[in-house]
Amino acid sequence: MSTLTDPPKESFRLSMLIYDTRYRSATIQVVALMGFMLLAAWLINNTLTNLATLGKPIDFGFFREPAGYDINQRLLDYNSRDSHLRASFLGLLNTLVVAVLGCITATILGVLIGVLRLSSNWLVARIMTVYVEMFRNVPVLLWIVLVMAVLIESLPAPNAFRGENATASMSFMDSVAVTNRGVYIPEPLFDRSLGNISLLGESSLRFDVSVDFLVIVAVLIIGFWAAARIKARADRIQEATGQRPTTWYLRLGVVVLPLIAVLVALGFHLGYPELRGFNFQGGIYMRNSLIALWLALSLYTAAFIAEIVRGGILAIAKGQSEAAGALGLRPNRIMSLVILPQALRVIIPPLISNYLNLTKNSSLAIAVGYLDITGTLGGITMNQTGRELECVLLLMLVYLVISLSISAVMNWYNNRVKLVER
Amino acid sequence: MSDTHSETTRAVAFVRTQMLPEKAPPATSVGIIGWLRANLFSNALNTVLTIVALAFIFYILSGLIPWMFQSVWNADSLSECREIISEAYGTTHGHACWAVINERWFQLTFGFYPPELVWRPILAFVLLLVALAPVLFSDRFPRQLLVVTAAYPFVMPWLMWGGTIWGPMAAAAGFAIGYFGVRVLSPILGQLAAIIIGVVAALIWWVVLAGPVAGAIGSILPLGITPVESRQFGGFMLSIMIGVVAIGVSLPIGIVLALGRQSNLLIVRALCVGFIEFIRGVPLITLLFVASTLLNIFMPPGTNFDIILRVMIMVTLFAAAYMAEVIRGGLAALPKGQYEGADSLGLNYWQAQRLIIMPQALKISIPGIVSTFIGIFKDTVLVSIIGLLDPLGLSNAIRADAAWNGIYWELFAFIGAMFFIFCFGMSRYSMYLERKLKTSH
Repeated sequence: MSTLTDPPKESFRLSMLIYDTRYRSATIQVVALMGFMLLAAWLINNTLTNLATLGKPIDFGFFREPAGYDINQRLLDYNSRDSHLRASFLGLLNTLVVAVLGCITATILGVLIGVLRLSSNWLVARIMTVYVEMFRNVPVLLWIVLVMAVLIESLPAPNAFRGENATASMSFMDSVAVTNRGVYIPEPLFDRSLGNISLLGESSLRFDVSVDFLVIVAVLIIGFWAAARIKARADRIQEATGQRPTTWYLRLGVVVLPLIAVLVALGFHLGYPELRGFNFQGGIYMRNSLIALWLALSLYTAAFIAEIVRGGILAIAKGQSEAAGALGLRPNRIMSLVILPQALRVIIPPLISNYLNLTKNSSLAIAVGYLDITGTLGGITMNQTGRELECVLLLMLVYLVISLSISAVMNWYNNRVKLVER
Repeated sequence: MSDTHSETTRAVAFVRTQMLPEKAPPATSVGIIGWLRANLFSNALNTVLTIVALAFIFYILSGLIPWMFQSVWNADSLSECREIISEAYGTTHGHACWAVINERWFQLTFGFYPPELVWRPILAFVLLLVALAPVLFSDRFPRQLLVVTAAYPFVMPWLMWGGTIWGPMAAAAGFAIGYFGVRVLSPILGQLAAIIIGVVAALIWWVVLAGPVAGAIGSILPLGITPVESRQFGGFMLSIMIGVVAIGVSLPIGIVLALGRQSNLLIVRALCVGFIEFIRGVPLITLLFVASTLLNIFMPPGTNFDIILRVMIMVTLFAAAYMAEVIRGGLAALPKGQYEGADSLGLNYWQAQRLIIMPQALKISIPGIVSTFIGIFKDTVLVSIIGLLDPLGLSNAIRADAAWNGIYWELFAFIGAMFFIFCFGMSRYSMYLERKLKTSH
């Protein structure tokens, strides 16, 4: 009778690190990590040696020095004696402004074009195809520069609006002035303004928030909340009695009336731009660099969004709408209850990555002189201070934070609407 | 009973015994009229849309056609152009001045490349087509042409920048050393060790030996062509060069990164994910800032390499990160059974990747790969922001010239049309490739 013995214990040999699959993965990982650390150490060492030779060790102190340049398109108060940090902060806000404006316009345009591309009208579908191909196959920088050139060269100068025989006139009942320096639109003003709240005191990141604005937002939120309560009550009555009370006028009134009351109480009126001296004064001034960037980015991204929308709608099987029709749903309910929820699941993830692309493409502002974060931190501040390393690294960090926040939102949404399978 | 019977017979009398021949459809539903009714005038809304669209097309064409064709091709400046136009057509508006393209097309294509040496970029471009042909249309060209493809990465820089032939030869020799090292050593030491030794030998050759050896041979046997400096490069030549290098090199790097990201080795995966997410999170323009200002700081003191090379490196890294995500999508789309099938055949990791996984994953990701290619090629115009003279940079220079100050539509139309042709061509090619590789019915 034989007894089972343990197999003889193999002694560990060095070659097993490579040839034995039990150890190989660990070996590869250790080698990869060591290689990476060596590379990083080499790069950092080179950088420190080079910076020491150049006589500028890493130092972020330049951020406190006065910037000395002007930012002419801005949301907050700023003057050239403010620090570089404040200039970068305003640049970041400018980036966000153009990104938000662009995303909104691009979505509206893109959805419209995507739907029209599926139109049963052959001619309309072809025109939209031409639009999409034209914008997708030409660099966005070319569109930006072209729009900028058109704005500068083809629109009237402010002095064309002056005098008896003016060659240009303001549009929309003398409220909007379109000039080759930019567009002036009416601004909201309040006679009995409640003033501003200054956040963060006198620091570089100081931020003024208008109390009027806060009040209006608060009133709107309360109005919408009340409207939702009225709808819920109507739903309850309908479930109990089968009769749905008519509530649309109540819901509208609850939102609109308090808003009007607040606006009247604050003395709301519009400030129109006026030609004074060499240029227009008053109103909200949008420089042509902002307009060019906004317009070109929107038109360009809209072409991509159109394709996404088209793909999303095509991805929903025809049987879905037929089945919904067989249940007796009306066409608009089929759209809102059956097609759209399913199409959105396909559309939203690439849509958000296009928003991300638009935000990153807004860095091309530097080509038309719009001072966003690339223009301030990566442009003038970098050139003035000569701190390339610090500026470029910070610039990358800022964009990285924006991108990661957007993709975090995307992942959260994806997980929420994900199909629950077996 | 008889009643029923008689009724049946009467009914039968009315039943036709043979089929009627098919009638032609009504004239309103076939031919041009039928097509128009179905596609353009099917209901009131469609009719309105059609009329609006026709008006729009008429408006565009009525401006565009005279602008394009009632134009001036020969003039020395914009003012001269305008004089000719106002003499011929009465007004200066609505007519193109193509004379700027006629005068500057050489610059827009080659930058400031010496005109007498321009055969070299042209030859490089022709060789590029020859080198790509066996890769892109593998069923129509002989496989022997792949020799040109293999030699091209070394011939192209030599033709473009000129100088001694021994530099590219030395670079190529590194690959030969690595290859033969692996061939000779793998029967003796086993495959993995042979690959490691081969790679190390090639690296030693490139870093330590290649420069001095090439210099020594060059001093004995000075074979070379006139060198051309990087700052003379420009125009579409530059865009195509950066684009081709970035596209060609980013595909293999992207595949490696995608595999690394899918790998179950924790550290390897973390490194790949970090690289990909970092590159994809920042705009290309910041990477170009790195190329123009920082890359020399990262290198050993005293290194100062060419700005075009630096830009190529950064654009390639950028493209590789995007490529990796596209290929990862293809890998994720493969059914698990493919991996299990490869395992059950006893293939190791690399064999399975090479023979089973990658061909299918790449086929699935063709549309994504090509749209990444198109994106990279379009993004090459960004180099104008860091001062390289790509077509857009040159157009700014031309617009700043006193003779052509104020011209813009013509230049942008020309540059845009050229980019459109390249990008549209690429997207059509990808559709051809998808059809060719389609295995479903």
